[in-house]
Amino acid sequence: MTRKSQGGLVDRALPISFTFNGRPMQGYSGDTLASALIANGVKIVGRSFKYHRPRGILTDGADEPNALLTLHRGARALPNSKAPMVELVEGLEAFSQNCWPSPRFDLMAINGLFSPIFVAGFYYKTFMWPAAFWERVYEPLIRRAAGLGKLSDRPDPDTYDRSHAFADVLVVGAGAAGLTAALAAARLGKRVILVDQDSRPGGRLLAERCEIDGRAGAEWASAAIAELAEHDKVTVLTRTALFGAYDGRSYGAVEQVSEHLPDPASGMPRQRYWKIVAEQAIFATGATERPIAFTGNDRPGVMMASAVQTYVNRFAALPGRRAAVFTQCDSGYAVAADLAAAGVEVVAIIDPRSGDKPGVDATAAVIHGEVVGTHGKCLKTITVRNMDGKTEKLKVDLLAVAGGWNPNIGFASHLGQRPAWSEPLQAFVQDTPPDGMHFVGAAAGRYCVSAAIDDARGKVAALFGREGEVAAIFEEPSLAPPLVVSGCDKKAFVDFQHDVTVSDVVLAEQEGYASVEHLKRYTTLGMATDQGKIGQVLGHALLARQQGKGIAAVGTIAARPPHTPVCIGALAGIHRGEHLKPTRLTPTHDWAASQGASFVNAGLWKRAQWYTRPGDADWIDSAVREAKAVRSAVGICDVSTLGKIEVAGPDAALLLDRLYCNAMASLAAGKVRYGVMLREDGFVFDDGTVARIADDRFVISTTTANAVAVMRHIDYALQVIWPDLDAKACSVTENWAQVAVAGPNSRALLQRLLPDIDLSNSAFPFMGALEGRWSGAPMRLFRISFSGELAYEIAVPTGLGDALMRMLTELGSDLGCTPYGLEALGILRIEKGHAAGGELNGQVTAGDLGLGRMVSKKKDFIGRALAERPALAHSDRQVLVGLAPVDPSHRVTGGSHILPVGVPVSAVHDAGHVTSVAFSPTKGRWIALGLLARGADRIGEVVNVVSPVRETSMEMIVSSPVFVDPEGERLRG
Amino acid sequence: MIIDCPHCGSRDSGEFFMRGQAAGPRPEYADGQDAFAVYVYDRTNLAGMQREHWYHAAGCRSWLVVERDTRSHVVGSVAIAGKAVA
Ligand SMILES: [Zn+2]
Repeated sequence: MTRKSQGGLVDRALPISFTFNGRPMQGYSGDTLASALIANGVKIVGRSFKYHRPRGILTDGADEPNALLTLHRGARALPNSKAPMVELVEGLEAFSQNCWPSPRFDLMAINGLFSPIFVAGFYYKTFMWPAAFWERVYEPLIRRAAGLGKLSDRPDPDTYDRSHAFADVLVVGAGAAGLTAALAAARLGKRVILVDQDSRPGGRLLAERCEIDGRAGAEWASAAIAELAEHDKVTVLTRTALFGAYDGRSYGAVEQVSEHLPDPASGMPRQRYWKIVAEQAIFATGATERPIAFTGNDRPGVMMASAVQTYVNRFAALPGRRAAVFTQCDSGYAVAADLAAAGVEVVAIIDPRSGDKPGVDATAAVIHGEVVGTHGKCLKTITVRNMDGKTEKLKVDLLAVAGGWNPNIGFASHLGQRPAWSEPLQAFVQDTPPDGMHFVGAAAGRYCVSAAIDDARGKVAALFGREGEVAAIFEEPSLAPPLVVSGCDKKAFVDFQHDVTVSDVVLAEQEGYASVEHLKRYTTLGMATDQGKIGQVLGHALLARQQGKGIAAVGTIAARPPHTPVCIGALAGIHRGEHLKPTRLTPTHDWAASQGASFVNAGLWKRAQWYTRPGDADWIDSAVREAKAVRSAVGICDVSTLGKIEVAGPDAALLLDRLYCNAMASLAAGKVRYGVMLREDGFVFDDGTVARIADDRFVISTTTANAVAVMRHIDYALQVIWPDLDAKACSVTENWAQVAVAGPNSRALLQRLLPDIDLSNSAFPFMGALEGRWSGAPMRLFRISFSGELAYEIAVPTGLGDALMRMLTELGSDLGCTPYGLEALGILRIEKGHAAGGELNGQVTAGDLGLGRMVSKKKDFIGRALAERPALAHSDRQVLVGLAPVDPSHRVTGGSHILPVGVPVSAVHDAGHVTSVAFSPTKGRWIALGLLARGADRIGEVVNVVSPVRETSMEMIVSSPVFVDPEGERLRG
Repeated sequence: MIIDCPHCGSRDSGEFFMRGQAAGPRPEYADGQDAFAVYVYDRTNLAGMQREHWYHAAGCRSWLVVERDTRSHVVGSVAIAGKAVA
């Protein structure tokens, strides 16, 4: 064990057992997985992406590029978890990735020997030719060699929650600056949400030995949180990582709800996705320490100095026994002091800065020079080169690297704001963040605790008009630039997660990749899951150096959301499976289910597709039996899913005249008319019926699919195009249950249901509409027919739909009354040649459907002008036809293509396609509808109907689309 | 995006249906096909503040003219469409 016996913020009274690659280990409550691994002496945690080099824990935060582990097993396995971000929990199982059979002995490390082929642009250069090799050789090779974790391929058994929150001030990060900002805003009575990704608030105060107001940093942080808890308008969300900034001042965050609990309560979500809308957002996101590019800087035992400080001070876990610090900023000296205080022998501080003395005292010997090499599988020695060029080897097992700081400003880039280079800070900053965004503390370059606190307090005061409290002007220190040690090579890494080296950047620049954007694509610098948080600025500084430019001239990449990886499950939340969309049930759903209905999804609706009866061999049997019943007796079918819209007002008739391509104003009260709506571009939009209930009152029907779109279209016409029309429209689809009663016995059945209404042909003829009462409630009856039989549709209030169906069934038992579903409905309408979804494909004109004569030439209506374009009336257009197999035993499949007989089957000869198919009980064979070029002139022609997908072809005869009762005698009877 | 519906207040863009850049006034049939072609098809594909038609489908069912910056989703003025016809 490398854990100190005392100190730190872990609870030694609460030990926690966990395993790493199957090995049992022990940590304490308060540990992260990373600190526990360090305390257990683990040096190698995985292998690198391309070269499979052994890697150790490099950082203490969300920027960790090496310690990406898979947690748990089976369906709950969570790959690419960053060990410093994982709270240790009893029984946790963690596994290394990207290595086999173990991280210490990895067979793929042979990749390191072939490193020349993995240089910059290796995907482009190596795997070019021959093309056939891609599928069989290259891709499997790359996938096996370069994987970053594996998904379980099983359904996620966990649940995820979603919350929306609103705030005056969102504070991101609960370090010194964030806590100060949150307190300042809370004291002004603001609604504050403070989010912090750590399990414990405090940020760097937990890692550094510092005092605020005479109290230790961690203690001060606890007191601040205690005060925030007393403000009832303040919400503190720990274990919550902000991942994106979006328009409208909205932000996305994910809270770990139960991941850290050994035994979460049943029903507790694993994570919660927060959508936060905040007038002001204060980013106290701190800064990320920069690495230094030197040969061997990825060896296990080389660690960021700030991370060393975290593990030693917060977790009392010692990453080494003999250490050196390679630093070019004063913070490295503090780390050396902390190491010494923890009992680690500090061999040397290596500082490449010449001239100015550091602002802190050195607790170890200072060598003015650079580290130029590291040795050992895990670090054993380093080679140091001093200013005079002399080298010496130092025996150490830990090298802390302090290369300066990059303020964490990525969230501003989410809204398109490019970072700006600050010369004094030698870092990218956000001088002019987007509206409502403010960077404070280390995120604004105010690295020392007192400056960060002043900055946060001052910016909150300024934000809410309390200029008196604005902090003094900050004097920026003069800091060292990103450092690439001269002479370092292909083992000097700038992007640890994607194995991008100094040599790769140099080569890419030589090959002409001069912009940071090109460099990114060519070398994959910054394209890993950490988005280049660690090494990207270093890489861009190197590119600038190679071009002899300043870093400001080269610039850097804009970060994009998500800031840290987010589980897809958290984004989906409860919207999975059947909960993806709402389900709409028809008013007679329960009745249909009791009748043995099979249901099909029609948009959001569940519609009865067919009803299985004893003796039905399959669904076709059921549908054919139901269709026969309609043709010979009477069938009943719930058609409530069709859109129903009431249009009322003095100008209602005029409005409908402009919406439909056929005349509507002339429709008499008590009558129904079939209507077709065009889009303004002249193609068919929707069709349905228009019933005039009274002079100034209509009820129209739409297709099920277009119910919403037609309502929107009518509102557009009324509000935008013709706001002067005095009419109103309202969807009543949900208000009425509507049932089709179809077949020769339909009049008899309805007469039993409505004995007081004269339903004789003379009293209530075809296309009549009437209002009455049934069962003490309003009732509407329309004599319309989709099936081609004598038929009606009866509408009653939704709540009475079920009772209506039961009553019709009872009253019709001796009339052959049969429930029919969507499949029988399809058979009936195909036999009659009525267009539906397959034909109304957005590319057909009224003429294409054989409805050209309906189109009025006497009035303006939506779509008239553009429907008259020559191409929309061209004689070559594909028009609706009927099709029947020459061999009556053949069955045709929908989507098949229609070609002339005797020509090669190719797209050139394609003359149309089959849009709908059905087995016709009337014809005793399969029939089809199709769209066929010049179809009206080809009646009687034999065509070749081909499905290259199903590898079928058959000859079919072209006919009129109306297979049954072309004169329409039945429906008028 | 958050849209300030004049009837309903600040609402999430998920409640709305976006039709596209607001077309000019609809021509009449007598104006001919060219006028309709411009009305139906001509759009500027603007990078900047654009007048658009939005429908508050899950709210008051009003068609609105919303000014939106196509680069940033910053919302400018919001007005009831019928009254905003220029
Ligand atoms: Zn509204």
